[in-house]
Amino acid sequence: MIEVLRIAGAALWAHKFRALLTTLGIAIGIFTVGVVMAIIEGLNTSFSEQISSLGSDVMYIDKRNWFQGRAGWLLHRQRRNIGMDATDYILERAQYISHASPRIYQRGNLKYGDQSLERVAILGVHADMGVITGVDVVAGRYISPIDTKHRKAVAVIGDAVRENLFEFKDPVGRKMTINGRKFLVIGVLDKQGQMLGRNLDNMIYIPAETLLKMFGRRWRNITIAVKASEPGLLAEAQDEVEGIMRRYRKLRPGEENDFAINQQSSLQELYDNATGMLWMVAMGIGSIALIVGGVGVMNIMLVTVTERTMEIGIRKSLGARRRTILWQFLVESMAVSAVGVVVGFGLASATAMFIQKSTPLAARIPPTWGLLGIGVVVVVGLIFGLWPATKAARMDPIEALRYE
Amino acid sequence: MSPGAPGNSLITFQGVTKVYDMGKEQVHALRGIDLHISPNEYISIMGPSGSGKSTLMNIIGCLDTPTGGRYEFEGELVCDVAGDKIYKMDDDQLAGIRNSKIGFVFQTFNLLSRTTALRNVELPLIYAGVPRRERLERAHHSLEQVNLADRAEHRPSELSGGQRQRVAIARALVNNPAIILADEPTGNLDSTTGQEIMALLDNLHHQGNTIILVTHEPVIAAHAHRTIQILDGMIASDVLTTNGQGGQR
Repeated sequence: MIEVLRIAGAALWAHKFRALLTTLGIAIGIFTVGVVMAIIEGLNTSFSEQISSLGSDVMYIDKRNWFQGRAGWLLHRQRRNIGMDATDYILERAQYISHASPRIYQRGNLKYGDQSLERVAILGVHADMGVITGVDVVAGRYISPIDTKHRKAVAVIGDAVRENLFEFKDPVGRKMTINGRKFLVIGVLDKQGQMLGRNLDNMIYIPAETLLKMFGRRWRNITIAVKASEPGLLAEAQDEVEGIMRRYRKLRPGEENDFAINQQSSLQELYDNATGMLWMVAMGIGSIALIVGGVGVMNIMLVTVTERTMEIGIRKSLGARRRTILWQFLVESMAVSAVGVVVGFGLASATAMFIQKSTPLAARIPPTWGLLGIGVVVVVGLIFGLWPATKAARMDPIEALRYE
Repeated sequence: MSPGAPGNSLITFQGVTKVYDMGKEQVHALRGIDLHISPNEYISIMGPSGSGKSTLMNIIGCLDTPTGGRYEFEGELVCDVAGDKIYKMDDDQLAGIRNSKIGFVFQTFNLLSRTTALRNVELPLIYAGVPRRERLERAHHSLEQVNLADRAEHRPSELSGGQRQRVAIARALVNNPAIILADEPTGNLDSTTGQEIMALLDNLHHQGNTIILVTHEPVIAAHAHRTIQILDGMIASDVLTTNGQGGQR
């Protein structure tokens, strides 16, 4: 067996350049699948980390579907806005909903002393939002029902805002301004990181009513975040909320919903679809490249067998059995595809490393890919090497020796 | 001892024929050969081209099988074709005989060009499954026998024609074969080098090897002790030459 490997290695070495060209197809196949896999692997890691901040038992009621793209957005723009009263409307009627809070989005400029932050995301919420998002308050307290009722000028700030505006001072009890109006900082949130490119720490929360009073309530669409009373009852909660919202919107039976219930799982679904497509494309390209590469291997092996007819004749005259010759050429074709796999794998690893270094994506190639690579070597080498090797093994020694 | 005496026979041919089926035409290469070869004989097979001597050589060397007749090698039946009764060794059995019993020396040397002399000589031992250490030892010893121990790591392209043929002879010897089959061993060499190679073969015969020589040169054939003339697929004459005990059969 060692001898067979040695012979195959020597034969490949004699035609290095040809072997390398031949294996290009296989290398490209492995490379494509490898890089896409690495990217998907990286996406998976950061995505599931990120979307978990949405909360798995949380639904966001909005007039539009978050995941419908531009066409959906244009279509849903004409829908009526959801008003502030929807929050209480839901809370009063729902059994499966434990918490609900409006979520109003606004941008504003923050200032403290001579530090200022421009166009920071300001979210108008109720006290329930603290429970719904599940973020810990590391200093001070969250917004209370009293704050919202009296439209108090209080704010809970994210970690990035604390760092940039207050640096090393304890912000709780200090007054900053939002668009020139004074707000009392009552709490600081724990660090959350990013979600889909948005820094969750560069945000502040203020009572929804305060926000409406300050920035105006006309034309304002409101998203309502609701949390199921038990994670296992999410489906029931969704059905219930849907019914309540239809009544709230006074929709007749048969009329389409003019609102959407968005949740983490629909985001996950969207993501799975997208990566699934990516997967399939990669697999498609990969297998086509492998087949093309395999045919290349077969072609080159046929050439090799013909070129080395004399050698085969000599080996046979010296007593090489059919099986020995068969294996010699099978190992050689496997070695050719192994070169392709190694090259493709190496390039894919390097690319994954590059992606990891230069982007926030944690692209990596799972180690199980080594095994898969070996599998590809064996299968491609065997399938596409079998015919040429059989041809070699069946040669008649006399005719082979006479071959010029 | 007269040529072809039965008993203690190394090779026995009985009515061996070979017909090549070339579509509509049938070519009779051998038309019934009876032959006995004993151990330590030194035989030359002569004949014009197309006489069937190459076919005979290939059948003796188990590279080819007859289409009729019976062939025994060291008492082992290689082939027996009589009417509907056909026994033939399969390819792998023939390969086994070639590997362990026969040493080939070809006109064109037939060395693997990319490998060293030592690796070439080692080749039959690889196919015989001899362990590496012993293999190298025996290959070295074989090269010593043909005075090429110092060229072990040279490739065929770095060797002269005579040296290449000596490597081929070393390769033929390495498995301690029952016979050495030399097909025009001096055909591609100048006469001086040819004489050297013949001297080497003579010496191997002295050491107890059985040698069959195929040639069309009487000078080369004269080294043998028994000369078989082939003509039109049949044995035209089978004589002991002056090197042997003499006399027409």
